[in-house]
Amino acid sequence: MAASQQWNDQRVEEIIGNLLRAGVLLSAFVVLSGGVIYLARHGDSPANYRVFRGEPGELKSVTGILHYAFAMRGRGIIQLGLLILIATPVARVAFAIFGFAAEKDRMYVVFTLIVFVILLYSLFGSSLMV
Amino acid sequence: MNVLEFTLLVSLGSLLAGLLGSLTGLGGGVVLVPLLTIFFKVDLRYAIGASLVSVIATSSGAAAAYVKEGFSNIRIGMFLEIATTLGALLGAYLTAKVSTSAISIIFGSVLLYSAYISRRTRSRAETEDPPDPLATKLRMNGSFPTTSGIRHYNVYRVPTGFGLMFGAGTLSGLLGIGSGAVKVLAMDQAMKIPFKVSTTTSNFMIGVTAAASAGVYLSRGYIDPGLAMPVMLGVLVGSLIGTRILVKAETKWLRLVFSIVIVVLALQMIYKGIAGRI
Repeated sequence: MAASQQWNDQRVEEIIGNLLRAGVLLSAFVVLSGGVIYLARHGDSPANYRVFRGEPGELKSVTGILHYAFAMRGRGIIQLGLLILIATPVARVAFAIFGFAAEKDRMYVVFTLIVFVILLYSLFGSSLMV
Repeated sequence: MNVLEFTLLVSLGSLLAGLLGSLTGLGGGVVLVPLLTIFFKVDLRYAIGASLVSVIATSSGAAAAYVKEGFSNIRIGMFLEIATTLGALLGAYLTAKVSTSAISIIFGSVLLYSAYISRRTRSRAETEDPPDPLATKLRMNGSFPTTSGIRHYNVYRVPTGFGLMFGAGTLSGLLGIGSGAVKVLAMDQAMKIPFKVSTTTSNFMIGVTAAASAGVYLSRGYIDPGLAMPVMLGVLVGSLIGTRILVKAETKWLRLVFSIVIVVLALQMIYKGIAGRI
């Protein structure tokens, strides 16, 4: 019983809440750093978002973004920060799986796993379907 | 306009949107897309991508504060997220199939609906019905702290709520917004969840729903770093300031002004969609 009391919903929720906030702050820091590099290099170029061209391949996939970011390209670093941001709710769901497992709530472990798989599919699998 | 000027102006506009969104509880996302498309002449798809990113930022950023209050119900949220994430995938898939004019008209209609919801008083009779067997089986009935002790509540009409949540997820994926108005409708009206629980649970769900469409948006090239950067940072800072200076007495007046702004933007979106100028 001690274990289930330790892992009650409120406790799990508080850890998750702090995890999310930390993720958002980290993401904002990375986006800002990338933004400074981007503006320093391209600040005086003309801004044009009227016409949709789509992003180049290296800014559209997880591996491409990592590659671009570690080459210290401003736009790549911003995109990496946005990936961290997108990962915060995904981490939240992953954490909830462990929370429900610790509470021995099988039904909700299954529900949470379904949500987790949908999120992973969107991040890694959707590029295959487009 | 060069990139530096554009970035500064967009971050200022996003800051204002985030501030108003958090002060009124309507979320910044609803005005971001009209702001970017109408005033900054940004292509609708880039605007939707940047808006969706900012939705995740505000949802995850506010989560820690909401959780401490102990109102949100993680079981209701997680179960309904199956519906919202599936809907979000469908919505994100549809953005490539539906014309920008049609998206603009749908966007305007959802904005009008959000403004209407925000003006309505949310009073409703307490139900004394016996607990719903399905909700009981799903362990959704919960309790939350009030000044007069712990209050228990029951959840009803789970399938209706689940269906509405699928719709909310689809709109979120199609329009790049949190669609909090539809989520709250599903939980308040259909499932009879108490106001405080539905609002905080909805905030939690918005981030997960948006993450489900964000992957699809990213792989389609809708998320442009140069645009998403000022939008995300602006909205985040704006909403953080908003939660700090939240004064109850002034929000009533603010909500009215913000609702009028939303109605004007909504009509513009619908007009632009019909005129085919988006």
